[in-house]
Amino acid sequence: MTTTEDRTEAIREVVLQSLAEGTPLHIRGGDTKAFYGRRIGGRPLEIGGHLGVLSYEPSELVLVARAGTPLREIQALLTEHGQELPSEPPAFGEGATLGGMVAAGLSGPRRPYAGAVRDGVLGVKIINGKGEVLSFGGQVMKNVAGYDVSRLMAGALGTLGVILEVSLKLQPGPAREVNLRLELAPGPAIERLSQWRLRPLPITATCHDGEHLYLRLAGGERGVRSAAGIIGGEEMTDGQAFWTSIREQTHAFFIQPGRLWRISVPPATPPLEIPGTFLIEWGGGVRWLSTQAPSEVIWALAMKARGHATLFLGREAGEEVFQPLTPAMLRIHQNLKHAFDPKGIFNPGRMYAAF
Amino acid sequence: MTGLADESKPVDPQQRQRLIAELRAVLPPESVLDQPEQLRPYECDGLSVYRRLPMLVVLPETPDQVQAVVRICRRHHIPLIARGAGTGLSGGVLPLSQGVLLSLARLKGILEIDSRNAIARVQPGVRNLAISEAVAHLGLYYAPDPSSQIACTIGGNVAENSGGVHCLKYGLTVHNVLGLKVLTIEGERLELGNGAFDLPGYDLLALMNGSEGMLGIVLEVLVKLLPKPERAQVLLAAYDSLELAGEAVARIIAGGIIPAGLEMMDNPAIRAAEDFVHAGYPVEAEAILLCELDGTDEEVSEQVMEVRELLLRSGALEVRTARDEAERARFWAGRKGAFPAVGRISPDYYCMDGTIPRRYLGRVLGRIGELSGEFGLQVANVFHAGDGNLHPLILFDANRPGELATAERFGGRILELCVEVGGTVTGEHGVGVEKLDQMCTQFRAAELAQFHALKAAFDPEALLNPGKAVPSLHRCAELGAMHVSRGQLRHPDLPRF
Repeated sequence: MTTTEDRTEAIREVVLQSLAEGTPLHIRGGDTKAFYGRRIGGRPLEIGGHLGVLSYEPSELVLVARAGTPLREIQALLTEHGQELPSEPPAFGEGATLGGMVAAGLSGPRRPYAGAVRDGVLGVKIINGKGEVLSFGGQVMKNVAGYDVSRLMAGALGTLGVILEVSLKLQPGPAREVNLRLELAPGPAIERLSQWRLRPLPITATCHDGEHLYLRLAGGERGVRSAAGIIGGEEMTDGQAFWTSIREQTHAFFIQPGRLWRISVPPATPPLEIPGTFLIEWGGGVRWLSTQAPSEVIWALAMKARGHATLFLGREAGEEVFQPLTPAMLRIHQNLKHAFDPKGIFNPGRMYAAF
Repeated sequence: MTGLADESKPVDPQQRQRLIAELRAVLPPESVLDQPEQLRPYECDGLSVYRRLPMLVVLPETPDQVQAVVRICRRHHIPLIARGAGTGLSGGVLPLSQGVLLSLARLKGILEIDSRNAIARVQPGVRNLAISEAVAHLGLYYAPDPSSQIACTIGGNVAENSGGVHCLKYGLTVHNVLGLKVLTIEGERLELGNGAFDLPGYDLLALMNGSEGMLGIVLEVLVKLLPKPERAQVLLAAYDSLELAGEAVARIIAGGIIPAGLEMMDNPAIRAAEDFVHAGYPVEAEAILLCELDGTDEEVSEQVMEVRELLLRSGALEVRTARDEAERARFWAGRKGAFPAVGRISPDYYCMDGTIPRRYLGRVLGRIGELSGEFGLQVANVFHAGDGNLHPLILFDANRPGELATAERFGGRILELCVEVGGTVTGEHGVGVEKLDQMCTQFRAAELAQFHALKAAFDPEALLNPGKAVPSLHRCAELGAMHVSRGQLRHPDLPRF
């Protein structure tokens, strides 16, 4: 199917050695998301060589692959069979791996409509901080045997263990896609999206760039046509390229210099009042903000809006990037970190300075 | 039933009296139950073969009262077992004789309906169906629909990560909950998500779903609401073999269609259901498939044609499309009534809940048939075919000496079979106390130890529903399952998770 290499033992050796020496590890796949999370040091533990699709049955809608498998290889395989990853994860570079995708837990434009990366994780094989190889979850959609460690790994930034294998839920790709553009200011666009939320429309992506609202509809020919009639606007000819530029952040908005914030809020939240430029995604649920405002101001704003904010691009060394946790939450986080990685060798400080 | 150790520490009568007095001081009158006849209704959940009286039952009415109860119990080192409606099917809320049973049934406020964000904020004791009823006027509903949805509570749904007939398309509880307020054993409140699509830090929201009340106590649930589909249509296809029906399922999914529901029944289940509700099922068929499609009018029209063609090409003896809403309801009535229908033809039945990768369906059902012969007990199979979740119903008579134990052994073998083909011992009913032994088959000692460490991160004294869901290493060692079963797996070639 694809290139295959099992480097479990080699990876485990490095973990055991690091345990013996007490030196922290910096887990790396394709190194495409090094910008994300806090900046850390540590001895690199390369996962990229541990790769290969282990099982893929299109009729099961499940794929199992090693963590170092290139994301684009998986996507090419799925495209061949008319399937896709529901969460439409960004790669942020050629070398992106499956393990990095799960560890970062970042989802793309389809997230509000088809689920996040974590929703699609059905099982994982990991090495914990004692150097043990453990398997959780499975290859089935419904599975409540034991705690959901698999989904806990999604977005944990490698701080709880080294991801070795992942089993993912897939979905069939749509028969038809139509992309629409409407001229609308941010406030009315959020309002319009809130109204559409009450109707069973086959929307699979939305974006507002300050001047226009963009929507992607996907499904059967007739269903998509009828929905396009309800929504209105003009049909885009470069829809696919547009959504790629949003997902991979190659769109002009993301190229401007300075700090970029990702503010996650309930989607109907009115436009946030803070100086800076915005790009809105996820039906209103994600507000990308380019601003020089201090972190504390943005965190307070996000919390007031019942959400949270992440300093996505432009962090300084030593700086916190994620919304601060309450003392009770921080304690649970530290306890969990200790439960999986008692010596603190995996990506310490990547998520929060405290662990 | 098999010996169920009650490992809770004995509480002396004086301490019990002090505890009662402290609880009465913080709860309304009548909210602390301590008389055996008051405790009786709480002795079991939906899996009534496991019964035990709790030491006390408390029925707080507000989150503050829950918090007060938790603080008192923690100070006394008394285990707490949170319970919703008690409809669970794995003994997940089996009481401890020295523990307090914490009923959350009186916290049943619908606190907020936010149609602009399509979310509802509810208390844990709100019934699953009551949420959909409360938002029906907005054209919205809450998607997960476990069969007990009239009675089961949303708090219990979170604890079990409940599914339902429609979870193939709409996901499980974990996919439909956007936030939780959780009380830790320390009595502190955690807010896990508040209406945004994600939360900072570890995904504790995902972790809480399906944790069987062992990590924290749910005080509030923020659920995602969906617009009601414009239309739903159901097709019924009959087959003269289970394998063909299984292949048809694979073809539908591979054909790019995700039905709202995709259910299969075997001949014994078909006959029992037909005798019971007269759904018009073809009783000679070896298997029937029910395939429900929903969405906009146009989507459904398109997909019904496609699926009908596909079913005919897959070797179906006949394919029927429900002509109207009444016929659609009738088609479903047989499936929804399958458990009670089987209850009519057998004094007792034991419902299993394994999940398998769909491609092993023929192999697993064939083997269940063989085991049925070996154990001398009949089986009827109903099956969430779309997601591989099997519910074999083992028929037995508890009044015949030894038959319950045989049914349990048979059931245990079925679950081991599910694990052998890369599946799991429980798809949606939870481990509870029922499947502790099978957990020893599915997981190795190091994984179980990791689960225990995870629990200790939330609950170091093991006061929240102790003894459920994850077997002790000691128990597994005694069973011998660790070295025997794992060492002699039948299909070592299969990748395992």
